[in-house]
Formats: sequence, C-alpha cells, structure tokens
Amino acid sequence: MLWRQLTRGLRALFDRSGADRDVADEVQDYLEQAAAAHRARGLSPEAALRAARLELGNATGVREQVRGVGWENLVESILADLRYAARRLRATSGFTAVTVLTLALGVGATTAIFSVLNPILFASLPYPEPGRITSILEVGSTGAHNGGTFAMYRELTDRARSFAAIAVLKPWQPTLTGTDQTERLEGQRVSAGYFQVLRIAPALGRSFTPSDDRVRGPNVVVLSDALWRRRFAGDRAIVGRPIALDDDRFTVIGVMPAGFENVLAADAELWAPLQYDASLPVEGREWGHHLRTIGRLRSGVGIDQATRETDAHGRAMLEARHPATYDPNTRFAVASLHDELTRGVRPALLAIFGAVLLVLVIACVNVTNLLLARGVQRRGEFALRAALGAGHPRLIRQLLTESLALAALGGVVGAAVAMLGIRALVALTPPGLPRVGAIQVNGAMFTFALGLTTLIGLAFGLIPALQAARSDPQQELQHGTRRTAGGHRGTRNALVVAEVALALVLLVSSGLLLRSLERLFAVPVGFDSAGLLTMQVQIAGHRFDQDSDAFRLFDRALGAVRGTPGVAAAALTSQLPLSGDRDEYGASFEATPTRPAETYPVFRYAVSADYARTLHIPLHLGRALDDHDGATAPLVALISESLARARFHGADPIGQRLRIGPAGPYAIVGVVGDVKQLSLALNESDAVYIPARQWPFADRAMSLVVRTSRDAAGLAPAVRQAVWSVDKDQPVVRVATMDRLLAASTAERRFALIVFAAFALAALVLATAGIFGVLAGSVAERTREIGVRAALGASRRDILALVMRQGMTLTGLGVVLGLAGAVAASQAIVAMLFGVSRLDPPTYLGVIALLGGVAALACSIPAWRAARVDPANTLRAE
Amino acid sequence: MDEPSTDVIQGTLDLLILKTLSLEPMHGYGIARRIEQISRGVFKVNPGSLLTALQRLERAGWLDTEWRQTANARRARFYALTRTGRRQLEFETADWTRRVTAVARLLKAEG
Repeated sequence: MLWRQLTRGLRALFDRSGADRDVADEVQDYLEQAAAAHRARGLSPEAALRAARLELGNATGVREQVRGVGWENLVESILADLRYAARRLRATSGFTAVTVLTLALGVGATTAIFSVLNPILFASLPYPEPGRITSILEVGSTGAHNGGTFAMYRELTDRARSFAAIAVLKPWQPTLTGTDQTERLEGQRVSAGYFQVLRIAPALGRSFTPSDDRVRGPNVVVLSDALWRRRFAGDRAIVGRPIALDDDRFTVIGVMPAGFENVLAADAELWAPLQYDASLPVEGREWGHHLRTIGRLRSGVGIDQATRETDAHGRAMLEARHPATYDPNTRFAVASLHDELTRGVRPALLAIFGAVLLVLVIACVNVTNLLLARGVQRRGEFALRAALGAGHPRLIRQLLTESLALAALGGVVGAAVAMLGIRALVALTPPGLPRVGAIQVNGAMFTFALGLTTLIGLAFGLIPALQAARSDPQQELQHGTRRTAGGHRGTRNALVVAEVALALVLLVSSGLLLRSLERLFAVPVGFDSAGLLTMQVQIAGHRFDQDSDAFRLFDRALGAVRGTPGVAAAALTSQLPLSGDRDEYGASFEATPTRPAETYPVFRYAVSADYARTLHIPLHLGRALDDHDGATAPLVALISESLARARFHGADPIGQRLRIGPAGPYAIVGVVGDVKQLSLALNESDAVYIPARQWPFADRAMSLVVRTSRDAAGLAPAVRQAVWSVDKDQPVVRVATMDRLLAASTAERRFALIVFAAFALAALVLATAGIFGVLAGSVAERTREIGVRAALGASRRDILALVMRQGMTLTGLGVVLGLAGAVAASQAIVAMLFGVSRLDPPTYLGVIALLGGVAALACSIPAWRAARVDPANTLRAE
Repeated sequence: MDEPSTDVIQGTLDLLILKTLSLEPMHGYGIARRIEQISRGVFKVNPGSLLTALQRLERAGWLDTEWRQTANARRARFYALTRTGRRQLEFETADWTRRVTAVARLLKAEG
C-alpha cells in the first residue's frame, strides 16, 4: 500500500506533534489497560500501576521505537543534518565564503573552458557518422597543407574507391539584388556531392544533382534556414521561385534544416553548384589551388588506406599533367575533417585547457587545506558528540552532509561563474576559431559541473569524517583544549607548497605570453596605422561587366570620399594589410648578366596612385606612383625593400623589369618600405604595387583606406554615405579602423593571454590565501609555544623571523618545484610565443619576485600577530 | 501464569497479530493479552515490539485503525483486519504450516 505509506509519512512530516500525540496516547492507553487488568486481579492501584509500568518497560523508549517506523524518519534525520550543516556553515561564514568561492572558481572556470573547447576539440562534427568525413589535401614540399585542385577532384572521383562521396568547394559572396535592400551574402560554390559528403538533406525541396553541376548548367541555389527566415519570411512556397543574385536569376531548389551547422564556412547562408569549366586551359587560375576538397569514406575504409590510394592517384596525375614542374616531394593525404579544422588552434586551446586544469587542481588543494584545517579545529566537537553517543556512521553522515552542502553551494555559484565565463569567452574568441556557433551552455556542462562538485565534496568531506571515526573520544577530549595539529601540519604544508608551485607555473606562462604580445606590438607594421579607417567596396551586377565601368565607379567613389569633411587622404587597394587578405603571385625577373632568372612569391597590390602616401609607407628610392600611370601609360611598379634586397643585393633596381604572374613586364620605378600583410609575427613582406588600371582585369572588390584628421571610427558613416552617394547599390563591408585590424591580427595570442592572466591571478590569490591560512592556523596552534619562547627571552624580532621563516620556506620550496614545472609547461605554449625564449630569464625572475613579495605579505600578518603574543597571558592560560 | 513465558518466536509476531485480529477489532493491550491467553502464557508480547508492529502493519495496509473513547475519557486505538490483511493472514498461515511440518518431519527423522 504505497498510498498509505506516502500519506502517513507525509502526515508525520507535516504534523509531527499530532503524530507524536497519537503514539503517546496509544502507549498511555496500553499502560492504563494493563494497570486495570492488574487491579482486576486484586492488586492495589499503586501496585497495579507499578506492575503495568514494569510490563511496558521504558515508556519513552517505546514511544521512540514506534515513532521510528516509516521512511519519514530518514527524511527527518537528513533534514536535521542539513539544518545543522547550514547552522555550522553560517556560524563559520568566513570559511564558508572562502570555500564556496574557491570551489566556484575551480568548477566555474573548468566548466566554462570545457564548454567552449568541447565542440571545437572534443565533440564530433554534427553530421551522421562524422568520423568518416575527411579533408583531402595536397601537402607541398614545405609541409603546407593545400585544399587541392579541380584536377585532383576529377582524378579522385573517376578513380578512387575509398570514398563514398567527394566534393570540392570555394567561397562565394553573391549580392542579393532585385529587392529594396541590397545585401552582400556569404555563400559557397560546391560540387554536386557536397551535401552527400555531410549527409544532410534539405528540409524543403531537394539538394544538388550532377545535372546541376555542369558548365552553363541551371542557376540553382539552396538557402540556409536563417537566410530563408530573414529575407523570405520563412515562406514554404519559396522552392521553385527565382531570386536575383548579382543581377542573375537563380531558382531556389531547397532550404536546409534549422539545425544544419556548416562547419566548413560557418557564415555561409546559401549554396550554388560549382559548375566548373573543365575546358579552361590547364595553366589558368581556374585549375589552381583555390578549392577545398572533402570526402566521405566508404564503410570499412580507414584513413591510412584512403591516404595510400589518394597519394598514388594524385602523384600519377601530377606527373602525367605537369611533367616539367612535378615535385616528387609533393604528396597527397587524407585527414579527418575535424582534425584538419582544428589543426591551427589545437595547441593554443590545449594549452588553455591545461591551464584551467591547473586552476582546478589549485582550487581542490585549497579546499582540501581549508577542510583539513577545520577538521583539526573541530576534533574536540566530534569527540564530544561521539562521547554523547553519536555513532560513527552518524558522524560521517553529518560531515558528508556538510561537505555536500558546501559542494552544492560551490556548484551553484560555479554554474553562474561558468555561464558568465562562457559569455565572456565567446565574446573574446579570436576570429578563425571553428564551430564558435556551437558553443553553448549545455546539459553536458551542468553534468560536468555537478559531478565535479559532488566528487570534491565527497572526497574532502570524508577526510575529517574518517579522522573523527578513527580517533578515540576519550583521548581527544583530554587533548581537546590544546588543539593539537598532529601529523596534518605536514600534509597542509605540502599542500601549500603544491599551490605555490602551480601558481608559479601559471604565472610564468602568462608572463611569457605577455612578453610575446609586447614584442609583437613593438614590431613595426611598415605604415602609420593611427587614424586609418578601412572598408571594402564591392561591385555587384552586370552593369559593371566592362572593366572600364568598374574603374569609373571606383574613381568616382574615391573622389566622393576625398571630398568628405575630416578626410585627409584616401586610396584604394586590392588587398588590405592585416585584414586576412592574401593575394600572392609569382614575380619573375629576367636573367641578367649577373643574376639568373628568378621567381619570388609576392603580395600583389593593385592600388590607386596615392596608396603609399595615404598609408605613410616610406619611399626609399625612386618615385611614387602618380595619376599619369594610367591604363595606356608604360607599365610601372613599386617593389618592397625586402624584394629589392633579395633580388638586387644593393644594386639599383630602378628601371629593372619584372613580370607578375601572367602580366607585365613592369618597370620598377620605386622602392618602398616593407609592410606586414598576413600577421605581425610573420616576416613575409615581398610585395609589388601596381596601378590598378595597369592590371589585366579590374578587381571586383577594393579596400578603401582613409586617413582621417580626427576620430577614424566616427567618420565611418560619412565615408560609407559618400560611397553610396555615387551608387547606392554597392555593398560596403568590413568597415574597421586599422588599429582594430591590428589588434584582431593578434587576437589568438591575446585570447590566450587574457585567459592565462585571469587564471594566473586566480592562482596567485588562492596560493596567497593558502599560505596565509596555514600560517595563521599554525600561529594560533603555537600560541603557547610562542608565549614560552617569549618568556624565555626571545625578542619580538626573533618571533617575527621564526614565523616568516616558516612561511617563506614553504614558498621557497614551492618556487623551486614550480620552476621545474614551469620549464616543462612552457613547452606547451611555445607555439604562441613570439620574440621570447620559453626560458626567458626576466620573465622567470619577475614572476619569482612577484610571488615572493605577495607571499611575504601573506606571511607578515600572522608573523605580526605572533610577535604580539603576550607571554604572561599565555602562561596564565595554562 | 505459572508456566515460564518466552518472547514471541522471531518473525511470527505479524502472524499472531493478524490471527488475533481476524476474530474481532482490538486495541494493542487486548491483542497482547489475547496472545498470552491463547498461548496459555507461553508467549509474552513485548509492548514496544507490538506497537511498532501494529504501526508497520497499518502502513502496509493490512490493518485499519480507529480511535475510540474509553470509559475514562481517553483515546484508545482499535485495529481491524482489512481485506488485504486477511489475504496476508492466509498466506502467512500456509507458510507457517509448511515450515512447521517440515521441521516436525526433520525432528521425527532424527528421533
């Protein structure tokens, strides 16, 4: 009868006095009935009552026995434990606050970092059988990974048996036209098998078929759920209807499901077939390395097997197609797509994960220390309770309840810390981090946090409980007033040493990262970034199919921008430094009497005449470009200092000629300073600057650089308006000040530095708290000893030195251990360092000084307290 | 009451209570007395155990309880067998008989 169990139990819980009265009445009635029976047999009333009492036994005992029936008693004792625990935790609010905050920090930080790293590093990709999705690569002789060529794709689709589906893809930025609101979209051109490789089908309509993916095939497009909702109001009838992209009609054939995550290009909102023209000349750009290749392995085929097959086909193809340039060191490889996506960020993220684990360990050490210290203080209490009849299981349960209550509090606060942390981390994430969209506060995180807190609570709760269970109450009570610390002093000292060591590891790591960033910002970029505003102007639509129309538009836009108040100078360039642009060509020099023919990979900048002047790139030799270098004028180019040095070794390059890719020859008219194009940390700076009108084709997207005489960011709307005043249909994107681009180019290091610095700070605080706690506890325990020393003639200075020595010895030991750890750990962040050795002495010395100083401060308070111990008081207390 | 009395055999108290209550509703003391009388004083019921067992059997749904006023204006709790209680009695009786027969057979064989 479950119902009766429940109702009776609940009644007892909520009306304890009523239930107790029932039991008491029944026992009383029993007693009276028994007495009455005895009287009936002729005993006097007093004798009858006595006999009845004898028969019943201890009435209170009986009542307790009857009360003990039912599950509610367990609930009640747990509630009592909780109430007691709450009272204890409130009474020691300082201890509680420190423990809860320590736990929250450890659990929160670990959970936040885990939540952020999980989708990137650990979780598998959000597709069916994700382990089979691979990236197919051409690996050059330098080890650089290349996404492959259309030739490789065709060769593999024709011959390779390892793959169930293969697809190539490239970025696509169409402009949605034909509506009130022209919008530049991010998309992908993909071969027909793209969605088969991912094995995700559209929610509406159909996916691509091979008949869509052929030269001059139909203009069809698949939309993302987000785009469909945003621009087409989620209209289900969209399938089959035309939309205008770059003034062309495209028929919508499908809409992807809402949950579809496109890991290869997270921003892509629409897909169209690649429609590759295989009849184009093999030497042309179309056959070059600008595609990415992915493939889904057939079941039962391993990565190794697929790599062997791909390598064989790839090499055979290269050798047959390009016998002249075939490099036998080139190989082909198949890698898991997940690994390939995270390859660049993995070392940094793993280092961060390692750092957060250190924080968690420090937090655990600190909590252990706190609980141990409290256990020592409470030995007298436990002994008393044991002496009063609390069984060991009861004591252990009580302590576990307290620990779990602490852990639960820590878990709740930790979850809040984690949620805030995740939000902060996502806001801080450097660009280029894959799968950022998949980062979220999820169930896994809560399970992780809760499991962690529970384990910590159970583990540390048991230490004082077991201690109490082992101890002999009598002995404990005798010693109670003296609060002997016993052997636990050693454990706690060891824990403090560990804390200091771990804090040192984190401090050194963040110190090295800080120095790297410092060095990085000291690197000259090659131009004056202050007050520069940048944005990209794109041309969209068939009105600009003629290059001359495109140039005219750019010229008029530039003129309008120059006329804007606050603009000091403005120029256009085909690629913008530190913006992520990467446009490289081979620059070939003809053979001269002293030098053979050579080709250098260079950055190509197709620019308006005063580009170098606007950016303040110094002109070292010759002349700058000017407005006379038009389409019909002789072809001219500026080269960068590094390229001049590499090719001419100090000889005068002016008047020498070079070809850039298929174009030229151009006459060198000047040499300008080197500019950082890809990142501050990279030294690639060979570059050529040519007048935009002297390049064989008009770039469809040009970056506008504007030197402002006042706040650069504030001028953005006016500049954008100036461009739109020329043609309101041209998308203006990527608006950013150069200073922001500069900061963004170091974003990954900065992200790591911020995370490490936050952790190091937390570690420092925890370690300091640990030193302080142990010393303060030790001074309190040794008050008597210190009093005796003082009475025997030790000066205040002696006692101060005694305590300081104790604290600093622990710190010193921790520093020595920590140094070894830091040297080992610095290996993990070596990829993120720039311009500093991982053994950089100033960093190590600085960190030791910082840690030593803070530790000394933490020691000085208990030391000062010890020095003020009055010997008379202590001795009297004995 | 001259014969030496023993405690109720372990595990049979429930059976004895159910059997006693199968005749008529009774209060706790009545049940104790009845068990003593019928066993001719062989079994002596410990009041604590009895009241605890009653509480338990009531929770299990085998007994119903009712408070009645006694002659001297106190409350007395009366217990009555429920239908499930009666089924339980039959089950436990059969079970007990089976055990006793088995034990008796064993003893006879030894003898």
